[in-house]
Amino acid sequence: MLSWNDILVLLPEIYLVAAVCVLLLMDAFIKPDQRNATHWLAIIVTVVTGWLVVSGQPAVPVTAFDGMFVRDRAAEILQLFALLSVFLVFVYSRPYLKDRNLWHGEFYVLTLFAVLGVMFLVSAGSLVTVYLGLELLTLSSYALVAFNRDSRVSSEAAIKYFVLGALASGSLLYGMSMVYGATGTLDLAQLHAAALHADMPNLLRFGLIFMIVGIAFKLGAAPFHMWLPDVYEGAPTATVTFIASASKLAAFGMAYRLLSAFGPGGPILHQWQLMFAVLAVLSLVIGNLVAIVQTNLKRMLAYSTIAHMGYLLLGLVNATPAGYAAALFYAISYALMSTVAFGVILAMARAGFECDNIDDFKGLNQRSPWMAFLMMLAMVSLAGVPPLFGFFAKYLILKAAIDAGMMWLAIVAAIAAIVGLYYYLRVVKVMYFDAPVEGQELKPQPDLPLRWVLSINALALLVLSVYWGPLLGWCQMAFAG
Amino acid sequence: MITLSHFIVLGAVLFCIAVAGIFINRKNVIVLLMSIELMLLAVNINFVAFSRFHGDVAGQVFVFFILTVAAAETAIGLAILTLLFRNSNTINIADIDSMKG
Repeated sequence: MLSWNDILVLLPEIYLVAAVCVLLLMDAFIKPDQRNATHWLAIIVTVVTGWLVVSGQPAVPVTAFDGMFVRDRAAEILQLFALLSVFLVFVYSRPYLKDRNLWHGEFYVLTLFAVLGVMFLVSAGSLVTVYLGLELLTLSSYALVAFNRDSRVSSEAAIKYFVLGALASGSLLYGMSMVYGATGTLDLAQLHAAALHADMPNLLRFGLIFMIVGIAFKLGAAPFHMWLPDVYEGAPTATVTFIASASKLAAFGMAYRLLSAFGPGGPILHQWQLMFAVLAVLSLVIGNLVAIVQTNLKRMLAYSTIAHMGYLLLGLVNATPAGYAAALFYAISYALMSTVAFGVILAMARAGFECDNIDDFKGLNQRSPWMAFLMMLAMVSLAGVPPLFGFFAKYLILKAAIDAGMMWLAIVAAIAAIVGLYYYLRVVKVMYFDAPVEGQELKPQPDLPLRWVLSINALALLVLSVYWGPLLGWCQMAFAG
Repeated sequence: MITLSHFIVLGAVLFCIAVAGIFINRKNVIVLLMSIELMLLAVNINFVAFSRFHGDVAGQVFVFFILTVAAAETAIGLAILTLLFRNSNTINIADIDSMKG
C-alpha cells in the first residue's frame, strides 16, 4: 500500500521529476535569448536534488514500495556523484552548445531525465526498477547522441547506439525472464535466498549469462564494446561527457545491484567470476592496444574507457565488500578524470572547430599553458602514474584482485597499465614538445564558470591524490553492512 | 497437452530469429527495428508463461512495463531513422560506415 513514508523515501526523485516537468514547460514559453534562465535553473535543480539526497539519507538502509526501491549508502554515493557529473556537464557544455546552435532547453531536460534514470537504477530493489531506470537512462541518451540534428556522423552514431543498446536491453530482459522462471520472484532481496534453493539451477545459470552480456554491453566491456568508439566520436562532446561519467557510474550501480543478488555464498559464484575475468582481460587488452593507433582524441578516450571498464570489472570479479568498494572508488575516480579530459576538449572547441584530433592540441602549452596543464593532469591521472589519484584507484583494484587469489589477472592488468602509458603520454608530448600549427588559434572559451569549475575539478584530482582516505572510507562504509 | 517447455521453446525460437535478424540483415534499418520488437515479444512470452507456472502475477505486470517501454523505444528508433535518412539519404546498413578504426 502507498504510504506517506514511501513518498518521503523517494523525495529526491519526486522533486527531480516535478522540477524537470516545470523546466520543460518554462523553456517552451521563454524567448531564445532568455535561455540562460533554463541553464541556471537546471543547475539549481541538480544542486537541490543532491542536497535532498544527502539530507534525507537514513542511518540504516530503507526500502519503499514493497522493496522496489532501496535507499542505502551505495545508492547515496552513486546518486551524488552522478548528480555532480551532470552539474559539471551543464557548466562545461554551455559555450560548446551555443557555438553550434544546439543550445536548446531539451538538452537540459533530456540530461536531467537521464540522471533520473540513473538514480532509479542505482537504488533499484527489483528487476522491474532496474529495467525502467535503465531504459529511462538509455532512451534519453539515444536522443542526446542524435542531438546535433544536421550532422551525419551524429545520426550514424545514434542509430548504432540505438540498435546495439536495444539488443543489450533485450538480452538483459531475456536473462531476467529466465531468472524469474527459475526463482519465481522479481525482488532482488528475495532473489538471493531463492537462487540458493532454485528448482532449476541450469535455467538460472542460463539467465545469468544473458544478464551478464547485457551488463557488459552497458559498461562497454570487450567484446561488447563496438558501439562505444563510434558514439564517442560521432556524438556532440557535451553528450559524450555525460556518457563517460554518469552513465558509467550507473552501469556500475546496475552491475552491483544485479550481481549482489547472486553474491557471496550464491550458487553460481564460480561461473560468474570466470566470465567477468574473461571480460576484464579482453577489455584491458583490446582497449589499451587499439587506443595506441587512434588519431582522434575522443575515439582514443573511448578505447581508454573500454580499458578502464576492464579495471572496474576486476573489482567485481571477487564479490567481496572490499572488491565492490574498490570498483566504486574506481568508477568515481574515472568519472572525475574523464570530466576533466572532456571539459578541456569542450573548452578548446569553437564554432566550426571540434578540437577532437590529437594533432589539434599541438603546442597547446605555448598558446594556453593553464589548459595544457589541466589536460596533462587528466591524462597522467587516467594513465595511473604514481602520485596521482588514478594510481590509487588502480592500486586498490589490483589489491582486490590479488586478495581474491587472481594473481594472473593482476599481472595482466599491470602490463596493460604500462601499455596504456604510451598513448596518454603521447597527448602530453604533443601539447608540450610539438610546435603549434601556424595560423591556428588555440584559445579556451572566455566563459568564466567553465574555466573556474574546470580548474577546480582538475585540482580536485591533485587534492584527492593526497586525501583519498575519506573517499575510500566512504566507499568501504557503503558495502560494510 | 501444452506445457511450460513449449512456451519456453517458442520464446527461445523467437529470440533467436530476432538476434539473427539483427546480425544477418545487411540491407535495411527498418528490419532491425522489427527484430528488436520481436526480441521484446519473445521475452514477454517467457514472462507470461513463467508467471502462470509460478502462479505469481508480478511477471505479467512486468510485461505491461515492457510493452510500454517498447513503444517508446520504437518511437525514438524511428525518429533517429528519419534523421539518418535526412542526413545521408540512405537507410542501407552497409552505407553507414563513415566512422572506422
